[in-house]
Order: sequence, then structure tokens, then C-alpha cells
Amino acid sequence: MNIIKFYQKGTYTVGNRLVSEEERTTQSSQERTNSITCGHRACQGCGEALGARYAIDSAMRATNNQLIAVNATGCLEVFTTPYPETSWQIPWIHSLFGNAAAVATGVAAAQRIKGRDNVRVIAQGGDGGTTDIGFGCLSGMFERNDDVLYICYDNQAYMNTGVQRSSATPPAARTATTPPVGPEPGNVFGTGKNVPLIAMAHNIPYVATAAVADLRDLEAKVTKAMGIRGARYIHILVPCPLGWGSAAHDTVRVARLAVESGIFPLFEAEHGVVTNSTAIRRQVPVADYLLAQRRFAHLFKKGKPVDDRAGRLQAMADENIRRYNLLRGEETDR
Amino acid sequence: MLKQTEGSHAVAEAVGLCRPEVICAYPITPQTHIVEGLGELVKSGHLKGCEYINVESEFAALSVAIGASAAGARAYTATSSQGLLFMAEAVYNASGLGLPIVMTLGNRAIGAPINIWNDHSDAMALRDAGWIQLFAETNQEAVDLHIQAFKLAEILSCPVMVCVDGFILTHAVERIDVPEQELVDAFLPPYEPVQVLDPKDPVSIGAMVGPEAFTEVRYLEHHKQMRALDLIPELSAEFKSIFGRDAGGLVRPYRTEGADTIVVAMGSVNGTIKDVIDDRREAGDKIGCLSICSFRPFPLEEVRAELLGVRRIVVLEKSLAVGLGGVLASHVRMALRGRNQLVYTLIAGLGGRPILKKSLSAFLSKVEAEPHADVHFLDLKNDIVEREIERASQQRRSGPTAENVLKHIGSPMAGLV
Repeated sequence: MNIIKFYQKGTYTVGNRLVSEEERTTQSSQERTNSITCGHRACQGCGEALGARYAIDSAMRATNNQLIAVNATGCLEVFTTPYPETSWQIPWIHSLFGNAAAVATGVAAAQRIKGRDNVRVIAQGGDGGTTDIGFGCLSGMFERNDDVLYICYDNQAYMNTGVQRSSATPPAARTATTPPVGPEPGNVFGTGKNVPLIAMAHNIPYVATAAVADLRDLEAKVTKAMGIRGARYIHILVPCPLGWGSAAHDTVRVARLAVESGIFPLFEAEHGVVTNSTAIRRQVPVADYLLAQRRFAHLFKKGKPVDDRAGRLQAMADENIRRYNLLRGEETDR
Repeated sequence: MLKQTEGSHAVAEAVGLCRPEVICAYPITPQTHIVEGLGELVKSGHLKGCEYINVESEFAALSVAIGASAAGARAYTATSSQGLLFMAEAVYNASGLGLPIVMTLGNRAIGAPINIWNDHSDAMALRDAGWIQLFAETNQEAVDLHIQAFKLAEILSCPVMVCVDGFILTHAVERIDVPEQELVDAFLPPYEPVQVLDPKDPVSIGAMVGPEAFTEVRYLEHHKQMRALDLIPELSAEFKSIFGRDAGGLVRPYRTEGADTIVVAMGSVNGTIKDVIDDRREAGDKIGCLSICSFRPFPLEEVRAELLGVRRIVVLEKSLAVGLGGVLASHVRMALRGRNQLVYTLIAGLGGRPILKKSLSAFLSKVEAEPHADVHFLDLKNDIVEREIERASQQRRSGPTAENVLKHIGSPMAGLV
């Protein structure tokens, strides 16, 4: 699929009506599979539900509906399967919190041995199930180059258990285990744990980041990933209104602010080398992103930074902009 | 075919004969030779139609098996000791999902202190995880139990753990009859899953279950194991009809006729016990033994029947329920509920300590002569224990226990040179 650079003025929504049939999104198609069907129990404005819906439907289209999904424990697992109801219209298994990648390896091995090479496997989990407890299994799956696409829906904390800090929680963020109190309120300024870069260090065929701000881009990356054999990783930023303290109707806007500020860079990498990044179209200060979320409220007083921490977050965004060459002066807002 | 071979290698061959489709391997002593053997079988092309996956942990090993089994493949792995504990969460998960995975457990002690030698602490730690647990008495039985295990697991859709004493069996070279492929094929049909991840017929597996149904799901797991109480003897009989030898079953009595004393135990130690019983029978002692092959499900009625009218029962076990005494002994007492029979717990062979005929016989003479304390530690070095208790009471910072005990004992090689 071509990278579409046409944006409707004002809403930034990609106009399907304005592109040819084959370039339209999976979601706009009447053939979309609704793999996660309606009636699930996600919160209003859930970024993960949105991201998963687009990702899985695209993977279904790319595999001619020959798809099996493995799910780590977490919000996505809980809100889609309040049995006897299930939102999953595809074969789906949940085993444990930390083993989705390994279970997917097993499912993929079974397909190979049974001669069902057309049946493809996706593993998915939140940031806790991916960057923390499931990290060992994830790295093992990468290293063996098993034929699995792993999708991390990153909402930057353990939301299912009530917003506790994970290794994907950004510095200074308020969570239930990093309260905004004391001399250094919120999460620590650690060194970070950039799992897309760690995935790249395994030299796997495909790594990408995406956000629910640009769903066409997300669909294109999932589609591309399903056209490749071997271990693949897509890390999707999915805002969580509950955990982030953002308005439910602002999920897409907050994700866009993350992308447009440079704090969450969108890029693709093949065999360990960055091959593409999405240029920032209209740069915004990180403060705009932070101010949209109550988890960063303690960094500001009357809209002004209380100390240097907001500046340090801006410096992180600046470093991303430099590293991934995000300000290329490209004319994209046509 | 009769051959002189190592237990682990024979188990690997037996597993290979069962035509597994996915094998996941992570090394831990004393299980290593089993997965090495299987790796060779797959890589050399002798075992066809099988994926051999080297994983990064035991947790991953069983997780890969879970995925493979749920996708309809016959899955196998093996572990020991710390490895079993590291995969504990997945052990419960496999049974909860009803996946017929077969796993060899090369029984080994659990640390700290770290110890690679044999006892049953690992199997006992996960006795309530919903797996069927079968204990092999000999390497021949280890081979035969694996063949039965796949069939048992797949009939019930319940995972089976075959417990094989680490080193004592896994590393012992002896005469073993490794069956012919045709016989195994006649006994074990291809795996027909009761649930499978298939795009043609999508199902959700592993949903959240609340108080409204959790008890029922657990009851059904229990019900499977109650069915296994009938199935295990049936499969043992069917196995005999095809392979011509006894293997498996629930319990196995030895010279129990008219016995005043019966020793109950699991696994390879029954060999030593039988030797002691032969000696003591010769000397006029009315004594026998009962080998428990199926620990899960635990055959309460069979144990109760076998121990009917016996004056005293000595439960020899290679594990310690710290703060209580014996695990197996508690089970035997449950089997004997309402009966006034003496049950002694004899903790023996922990961390690979040899269980000597002399020591065992001396203990049996003692309990046959007069009543004895409930729990006894065979060959416990009382002087060392008492000295350490005394030493530790002298100062607050008394240091690490194991290292102090070792310092006092000195090198285990010192007495040998």
C-alpha cells in the first residue's frame, strides 16, 4: 500500500472518498472482518480497543482471514472475553501474562508441522505484558525468528490492575505506584526501555511503531508486517483515558500530540536498520501533549512548568526528532 | 528391541516413538540427556514431522507446548527441579486449559541450598497443579509410562507428568526393551484434539471465568482425574496385551501377603526397599511394600485396600513438607481414615543422600520393636544439627546455615582419599 499523504483540512482524517478503491482503508471496506466485534467492555475512548480493531482487521485482510491470535493477560484480554460472551471472531487463545510470544511460537510451530503455512499468527499484549513480564519470551521469539507478529499496545502503565507503573511509563508520570508526592513526584527519570530498539537489536525482519493518531499508517504497517515471514514487532501507542487522565474524546488527539511533539516517533526498521520515519507535519511543544493529561498535571502550575522536568521531557522529544530525522521540512499538509 | 542404554536416552527414544509434533527444550540437570537425545533424533531426520524448539526458559518451554497443543499438535517437554518451579504458572495453565501435554520430570531437589541430586521435592511442589503424575520405578517403566502417558493425556485432554528419578534412573545405563514403532503405533493413535485453534472454526480459549463457573470448571478437572483412576489400570492392561509386560497401573504391591509392616514409597527407591524386604522375609519378618505409581490421581481406595489389616505402615518419602513432615504420608493417612493403623513418616534420600539397605532395615527393626516418633529422618547426622543449632544460638550474626554445616563437615572427598 502506498503511503497516503492526503489529509482533510481541519480534522486530519484521511479521506477515503478521495482515493482509489484499492487504497482505501481496511476499516472503510464492507469486507472488514470486525474481528473484535462490538459489545466488548472497554472503557469509553479506549485507545487499545481502537488500535487492536484496526490492527487485527488489517492482519485478517492481509492473510485472507487465515489468522490465529494469542493474547497476553491484560485489558484487551479481559474486556473482550467476559465469557460466555467473546468479541473475537477469529481463533483466539489467552494463556498467561508473560508468555504470549512463546505460546504464539507454539501455535506457529503447529501450523508448520501440520502443513498449514497459510495460517498466520499474531501475539499481542499491553506494555506490561511486553516490556516487563513477557520480555524474556518476547526476546526468545525474536532471537529464533519465529513466524509471529507481536503487537504491543502501549498505554504506558498497568492499566488493567489500576494504573501502576511499568517500564514503559514515561518519566514524571503519575501512576498509582508513582504518586505525585515528595521531592521527585511521579515516575523516576530512568534511562528508559525502548523495546522497538531492542527488537531491532535482534535483527528481526520488521519493526515498526505506530499510534492511533494515524490509523491508515497503522493499517499499512500491519499489512506490510503480514507480508513478511519471521519475527516482526509493532509497537502501537494507545492512550488510556483512565490512566492518563485525558478526556475520552481526546484519545486520538492525545496520540497525535505525542507524535507531532516527537515524544513518540513513528518509524519502521528492517533487519535492524531504520528504513523510514514519519515526518512531523506541524511540530507542537511537548507541553501541549503533557497538559492534555492529568498524569502530568503536577509538572505545571497555571500552565507554566514548576521545574525543569517538562523541559527534560522536551529534550527527550528533541532527541527523537534528531535521531529519526522527524523535522525534514517536507510539504505534507497539502 | 533389547539394548544396553542410558535411562534418559531410552526415554528420548520412547518419546520419539510416540511421534511428538512439537518438542520444546530448555536444559536443566538431570533432564538434559533426554532433550539432547530428542534433539538428535529430530536433527538427524530419524524423527520426522516434529519441530524441535530451543527456548530461553522453562516458562517458555511449557508455554510453547501450550500454544502447540492448543493448535492441535502433540507436544512434549521435559524439566527438573527449579525448572518446574520456573514454569509453575504455565503448569497450572496447561491443565486449566485442558491441554494433553506430556512432560518428563527428572526428579531433583529444590534449592536453596542449590542441589542437583535426586529427591521428589519438585513433583510434590506441583502435586495440586491439575497434572496426572506417574512415577517410574525402573528405566523400563519410564519408557513404558511415556507411551501410556500420551494416550492417557489425549483420552482425557489432561496433561501428564512422568516422574523419573534424577541420576538414579536418568543416568543409569541398563538393559531396556525399547519397543518397536509398529507396536507403539498400534497402541497410540494419532492425536485428535478436543479443542483446536482453527480459522475454519474459530473458538476463544482461555477466557476469564468468575465465581459463577470457576468451581464447576475446577470440578470437571477433578472429574477427569477421577476418570483416570479407571483409565490408568485399563491402559496398563492394554499395554501388557500389546507389549507383553507390566507397566504403570495405580499401585503395585510386593510380598504384602500376611504382612504386619508395609513400606509405601514412590519411584526407584522401591528397588532398594524390595531388597530389604527379601532379606527381612528370609529372616522371618512379615513385611512387604507398596509402590505408588500414580500419585495424581491418588488411588485412595486401592491404597486403603492394599493396607487392610496391616499393623504398621512406613511411608518412605523423598520430600519434606517443612513444618509438617511427609506429603505422601499425609495421603496414606487420608486413605486409612477411620482406621487405627500406625503410620510412620520416613524422610529419606533428600538431595540425593543414598538410601542404604542397612539404615532402612535398622529403622524397620526399631519401629517393629517399639512405637516410634511420627516423623523420622533417615541417617540424619544429629551431631551436626545440634552443633549448628547451638552455634547459631551463640551469636546474632551466625552466618549462612548451609555454608557453616559444610565448613564443619569438610570436603566430601576428604574421607575418600
